[in-house]
Amino acid sequence: MANFDALMHGFAVALTVHHVTLMVLGVLLGILVGVLPGLGAPNGVTLLLPITFSMDPVSAIILLTSTYWGALFGGSTTSILFNIPGEPSSVATTFDGYPMARDGRATEALTFAFMSAGFGALLGVVVITLLSGFVTGFALRFGPAEYFSVYLLAFCSFIAFGSGPPLKTIVSIALGFSFATVGMDSVSGAMRLTFDFNDMIRGISFLVVVIGLFGIGEMLLTLEEGVSFKSADARIRPRAVLSAIARLPRYWVTMLRGSAVGIWMGITPGGPTAASFMSYGLAKRMSKRGAHFGKGEPEGVIAPETADHAAGTAAMLPMLALGIPGSATAAVMLGGLMIWGLNPGPMLFIERADFVWGMIASMYLGNVIGVILVLATVPLFAAMLSIPFTIIGPVIVTVCIVGAWTVAGAPFDLWLAVVFGLAGWAMKKLDYPIAPLILAMVIGDRAEDAFRQSMIMSHGSITVLWSKPLVGTISTLALVLLASPFIAALRRSLRAREQLPPAQE
Amino acid sequence: MQRNTFVRAALAAGAIAALAPGYAQAQGEWRPTRNVEFVVTSGAGGGTDVFARTVQAAITKHNLLPVSVIVTNKGAGAGAEGFVYARSAQGDAHKVVFATNNTWLLPLVSRVAFKADDFTPIGALAFDEFMLWVKYDSPHKTAADFLAAARAANPPLRMGGSQPKDTDQTLTSLIQRAANVRFTYVPFRGGGEAGVQLAGGHIDANTNNPSESIGGWRGGQVRPVCVFRREPMARGNLVTTTQGWHDIPTCASQGIPIEEFNMPRTTFLPPGTTAAQQAFWVGVMRRVTETPEWQEYITRTSQSTRFLTGEAFADHIRKDITASRDIFEAEGWLIN
Repeated sequence: MANFDALMHGFAVALTVHHVTLMVLGVLLGILVGVLPGLGAPNGVTLLLPITFSMDPVSAIILLTSTYWGALFGGSTTSILFNIPGEPSSVATTFDGYPMARDGRATEALTFAFMSAGFGALLGVVVITLLSGFVTGFALRFGPAEYFSVYLLAFCSFIAFGSGPPLKTIVSIALGFSFATVGMDSVSGAMRLTFDFNDMIRGISFLVVVIGLFGIGEMLLTLEEGVSFKSADARIRPRAVLSAIARLPRYWVTMLRGSAVGIWMGITPGGPTAASFMSYGLAKRMSKRGAHFGKGEPEGVIAPETADHAAGTAAMLPMLALGIPGSATAAVMLGGLMIWGLNPGPMLFIERADFVWGMIASMYLGNVIGVILVLATVPLFAAMLSIPFTIIGPVIVTVCIVGAWTVAGAPFDLWLAVVFGLAGWAMKKLDYPIAPLILAMVIGDRAEDAFRQSMIMSHGSITVLWSKPLVGTISTLALVLLASPFIAALRRSLRAREQLPPAQE
Repeated sequence: MQRNTFVRAALAAGAIAALAPGYAQAQGEWRPTRNVEFVVTSGAGGGTDVFARTVQAAITKHNLLPVSVIVTNKGAGAGAEGFVYARSAQGDAHKVVFATNNTWLLPLVSRVAFKADDFTPIGALAFDEFMLWVKYDSPHKTAADFLAAARAANPPLRMGGSQPKDTDQTLTSLIQRAANVRFTYVPFRGGGEAGVQLAGGHIDANTNNPSESIGGWRGGQVRPVCVFRREPMARGNLVTTTQGWHDIPTCASQGIPIEEFNMPRTTFLPPGTTAAQQAFWVGVMRRVTETPEWQEYITRTSQSTRFLTGEAFADHIRKDITASRDIFEAEGWLIN
């Protein structure tokens, strides 16, 4: 109940005209940076950081977090409409969102995405509100071995249910892992795969790869195959939004599961990207319509979106209480916190209760405002599909190139984006799945760090992954998930054999 | 004709006379004419990033520059990205590099395309302290307790810190050598992460800067044992209810014979910049260290402020390279 009182106090802090205006501004700006690929949430928040120096900390954090929520919402838009993720964490949304848009169900897909995202975010804030004390203790139990087991779990839950041909999936994963190793190795300090090129020191940016493989690759494919958007649903129809909202409660299981995965990954913190992939994988496995995933299934949009936003909001707690950034954006905000004169730590909740609870209250309000604003844009964005490809195509390519430039301001990245664009086209032609490559790039880097740190700590013994109940449970769960398709196949063949003899008799 | 020449000569002389003061000023006093870029050799949120953004905030608030300041983070490859970027901006005094001692130490341990003397030094604005930290409920009350436990431990105690072959691991090897002990060094992505790993009991100690662990100390998660300094830190406010930074004894007084270990917060200009440009930036940075914003930053992060420039800064760099080269050589980290 103490938390509830504190939250009410927080609402009193956040519900001023000044703060609500900042939220609206932040969300709108966030939607804009989220929609543009490359110019993601971390860039948006970094750009705003200098403005916040002259603000009081509560207003500053409200502006920055609202921008983050807006960017998370905006990132899904281009995933669904053009198969180009605006944010790394919206990659999984493309799997079913884009097929839905191609079927002429763009309005429905966007509405589902935004509503479920808002639901996930709100559930994440509720958990933060209720469990703030308990959660920090839980996060402290995560050492390198625990981190690695979480990444392993994310990997297994997604890969085990992949639909691509196994050998091609492995090639795709291996490529992703090797791209992730380029640059300085953070455990030995050595340069890897840079070939003494200065441009390779940065490593291969994940964003540039996404822009290339998805953005430019998709454009090449569209050029070759001709435009196939069905313009049936491209007219502005606000009623379609409402009818989609009415159908949303049907998917409550997926939404709850996605939120749970997201909150857990936000707190531990595995990050929103890993959360969205994991949630998609689990939904595909557990849904009755699992076989239809990838062809435009609403659940395939809802699952990653709830997890993405739940993780984004839940990650704010370890940031404040422990100083661990759960995402790249949280890292920037952490720097802001220090400049505003606040030290993250358990004492922040006691000494600066107005700041902490003002921020948490603003997360409720900011997300509600975000959903309303972004839903209002749905008919507008859906209408973009009726613009002839000869106009929208060049615009998208321009935005992609600009996005690749903003990642590091390096001309080399432009060439990289073009090369990955050609590679993306080739991979689609040859039926190599792109998602495993992306997943390997995003979490491969961190998983490798965590694995090698745990190996250093255990002096090379793999048993460290079963050394404590927590890490042991997660590792075992990961292996069970990985093995489950084989077990299921085995069971099917056994059952077939059992049923065979009576048939012969 | 003759008159004409005379007029021309007179005009020319007049022009020179009229321009002379301005010309002298341009020579002696350079000023930025377009927006300035602060190149930060760490990621957003890192120690160098907070340093650069504090300088940016102080400059903006007190109008120390006639132009705007943009901060860009180029922290890949332990900062190599930023240095390489600045090195290619030959003669451009509108770019200022924010760094630590990695400017001159990184080229010793890593194959990077720059050397310390490529850059035009501005100065060191502050020095960040190092402390030995243990978990709050650790049985080791003093550094002597900790060393005794480290000598007896098998497998060795785990010492955490930031990226490999950087300050934390260097200090760890110094402790190993000075006190004849052995640790397992576990590199994390930064001091903040090493602090949380210590609070969770996944490592046994770390050598974080005060600002990296102040939250954990106040929150009863971690505790400083000693400070790597000649004398205890200056008397200031209490951090916890009973103790302040000044209550922490020096490590040398507790049996770890390391007199001093700290990390400078440095600024540089790209190669080929002029003495006038250097002098301008030395002036700006000196004024920054006199602002209340800077003082507030120094107090909050428990650093020591000392503006080191010119020959004193060059001397500091030379001495540090000599001392570090010995350790790096002994550890086998030198690349050539």
